[in-house]
Amino acid sequence: MKTKTQHNAPIQKNPTPDLVLALAGNANVGKSALFNQLTGLGQIVGNWPGKTVEKAEGVLVHHEKHIKIIDLPGIYSMSTYSQEELISREYIALERPDVVVNVIDATALERNLFFTLQLLEMEIPIVIAVNLIDVAQKKGIQIDQKKLRDLLGIPVVLTIAIKGVGIHEIVDEAISVATKKFYAQPSVEIRYGSEIEHRIAQLSDILADTDIGYPQRWTAIKLLEGDVEIAKIVREKNPAVVDTANLLAQEISSIHRETCSMVITSERYAVAARIAKEVEIHSKPIKSPIADRLDALSMHGVWGYVLLFAIMLSILAFISLFGGWVSEILKTLFESFNPHLSGFWSDLVWNGAVIGFYATLSVALGFILPFYIILGFLEDSGYLPKIAYLMDRPCHVLGLHGKACMPFLLAFGCNVPACVGCRILETKRDRLITIFLSTLIPCSARTVVILGLVGVFVGMQWAIILYVIDIVLILLVGKFLNRFLPGVSVGIIMEMPPYRVPSLQVVSKQTWNRFKAFLITAFPLIILGSVIIEFMRISSILPIVSTLLSPITVVWLGLPSFTGILLIYGILRKEATLVLLTTVAGAASVSSVMSPVQMVVFALVTMLYIPCIATIAVLIREIGWKKASLITTSEIGLAIFIGGIAFRAFGLFI
Amino acid sequence: MSQEQIEEYLEAIFDIAGENGAAKTTEIAKHLNNAPASVTEVFQRMAQNGLVRYESYKGASLTAKGLRIVIKLKRKHRLLEAFLDKILHIDRNSVHDQACKMEHALSDETEIALCKLLKGPTECPHGSPTPPCTFDVGSCDECLSENTRSLKKRKKRIVSITVLKPGQKGKIAFIHGGKGAVQRLCDLGLTNGTAVSLVRSAPLKGPIEICVRGCNLVVGRDIAEKIFVQAEE
Repeated sequence: MKTKTQHNAPIQKNPTPDLVLALAGNANVGKSALFNQLTGLGQIVGNWPGKTVEKAEGVLVHHEKHIKIIDLPGIYSMSTYSQEELISREYIALERPDVVVNVIDATALERNLFFTLQLLEMEIPIVIAVNLIDVAQKKGIQIDQKKLRDLLGIPVVLTIAIKGVGIHEIVDEAISVATKKFYAQPSVEIRYGSEIEHRIAQLSDILADTDIGYPQRWTAIKLLEGDVEIAKIVREKNPAVVDTANLLAQEISSIHRETCSMVITSERYAVAARIAKEVEIHSKPIKSPIADRLDALSMHGVWGYVLLFAIMLSILAFISLFGGWVSEILKTLFESFNPHLSGFWSDLVWNGAVIGFYATLSVALGFILPFYIILGFLEDSGYLPKIAYLMDRPCHVLGLHGKACMPFLLAFGCNVPACVGCRILETKRDRLITIFLSTLIPCSARTVVILGLVGVFVGMQWAIILYVIDIVLILLVGKFLNRFLPGVSVGIIMEMPPYRVPSLQVVSKQTWNRFKAFLITAFPLIILGSVIIEFMRISSILPIVSTLLSPITVVWLGLPSFTGILLIYGILRKEATLVLLTTVAGAASVSSVMSPVQMVVFALVTMLYIPCIATIAVLIREIGWKKASLITTSEIGLAIFIGGIAFRAFGLFI
Repeated sequence: MSQEQIEEYLEAIFDIAGENGAAKTTEIAKHLNNAPASVTEVFQRMAQNGLVRYESYKGASLTAKGLRIVIKLKRKHRLLEAFLDKILHIDRNSVHDQACKMEHALSDETEIALCKLLKGPTECPHGSPTPPCTFDVGSCDECLSENTRSLKKRKKRIVSITVLKPGQKGKIAFIHGGKGAVQRLCDLGLTNGTAVSLVRSAPLKGPIEICVRGCNLVVGRDIAEKIFVQAEE
């Protein structure tokens, strides 16, 4: 499991760390923020549950100790529900880090402690980081750190991860418990009722000679709860244990007149509630009428949708205007440096490299950067889950539920994290549909082509028409998939975080991390592409390739013949198609080499024809090469089909 | 007027106006293919028996007594549909009409037996939730594993959490549904007896937002309809 942060890790001199520290806890409590503070890396943080879907690694050097830090996806319970939760559970139970820092949300202590209690059963050294104490204070909640430590029997640190408060104490405590290999024995406080404890002990005894890698008491409890995964593993080694467990579970459920897993869950919650009550000190909350009103407005049955629509539309309009303005400025700037020489080398350098550089720069600064900034603000404010709430019902048409909107929204930035983000969905079927549809969502690169070409040279209304076509297509494909993939969506169950004022520091750091990744991967590729195209033009290879593709590009799609090579290169990066178009046009305007209809068709085809190479790679990893190639080929077919029709239809209007 | 006719009137009011709303005479007349004048007459008689509240311009709305009868009927109806579909494999398109006729004749004893036979079906073949039974149980397992005669009747009325008004509180009575979803809801704090409140619900049968143990959760309509609570007034 590789993540970007692994590659960017600044310190990797020591391959075998002195100890491994894992961050675990409920979703959206600040694990990634803490991770970033500890490692100096840029894990994505934002105010919505499900940002982190795979574990990330980084290194911290503290008092000459090399500590490997693991950021785990959010998990509410060891009885896992979605894929990313299973990653967390397996990591903690099987890889057994030296210490787990359990990050808990001070504003929702009861529910967070419910997970802590399960973590304690893992028999692993734990440090508690009570995070978001500043937010809790505003809500009128203070946490008695000493009392919580005494009740749980493990170190407790109060933190504000985003501001770095309490970070040093966490590391010190973590090193100390990890070196002592200290873990709390379940104190009387956090034991179950005697009728359950009795049966746990009974099961643990017969489990003694069946080692499955998980702790014994924990395995016994999971078996009583009827955990399918664990039962399967144990059954392979010793089927008799599972049968005994089922029998014991039956006994418990007949005593309590409830299923055994419910009984255990209820008892855990009762303990969590008791602890929370003892350590919480309540005072009068500071009301924030603005936040309440914003909440009511943005989730209103009518105004919520109006607001959502207005936000989306104004983002598009803003980026289109801003991008056009930036490229104008850059164009005049670069033109003033044009030496106006001709000859093989100066053509190659000026028309190829320099124009490629300028075009990429205008794409990066004019379109990508503002887009990332806006996305960062949306994420950090907590608006994404509101969209999931509003769009849950409409998503049913696609056979999905509201959570799918969160990958969809990420897809507007880049399809790659969106496809990975689909792990927050619970079933394979939902994931497949969401992944397929995500690749049809115009990412920032495609937005560049749509807005930078059609929006600037043809008109904003045509750019919007392209978006409408895309939305209709997504609906149709979704309906089709929903019809032919068996099963129904499980329905949404999601935490709704409150709004918060976006932190400028977080948003700017996040934007920079995303932008940096874009610059590193896109710049060299696109400039190289420009040089290649310019070389092909000068050495007359271009016409040959163009002729080969002309039955599709010229005859069916009605595009100029040189677009064939652009579309091929666009598989690497879609914004490259626009940049290379600028290269082809050279000093002249793009509108001299393409008619308005051709621009619209070209943007339409670019929008649909294939996921870019990075997306294809992530598709193969997430859903296997068979489904990935199915998605890829069907999108090529769709793009060519729709493009040809559009050329014939749009010609009547433009 | 026969018991069956009265029951049909009550159901018609429920289908048109829901739990609390009022159904107009003309609407009922159209729904049941009757003359408006005779509907008015029936309404007046039902009002005398305490089944509906009737006001001449607003129409009729259900009283607590009337509602209890309707919910019982709905429960029998959904159980019958499930029985016809799952056990007898009758064509799904015709089970509704047949159940409509059979529901009036089904005794309470048979209703319990059907429910046990079908292992407490949470919804009809078309996906509408089955109203809960009146036994004071925390889950269907209790009923399935024991003699129903030993079970006590519930004292307070149980409703789906989706019918609460925004801001209204309730206590979780039990949750129906698939094992995964039920376990997840419990893990998020919705254990039996927990206090919850409805924050808001989205229009057009969209999801609802609830507050439990100090956290806000969004729950899809299909799942939420099977979360049953004892509502606080």
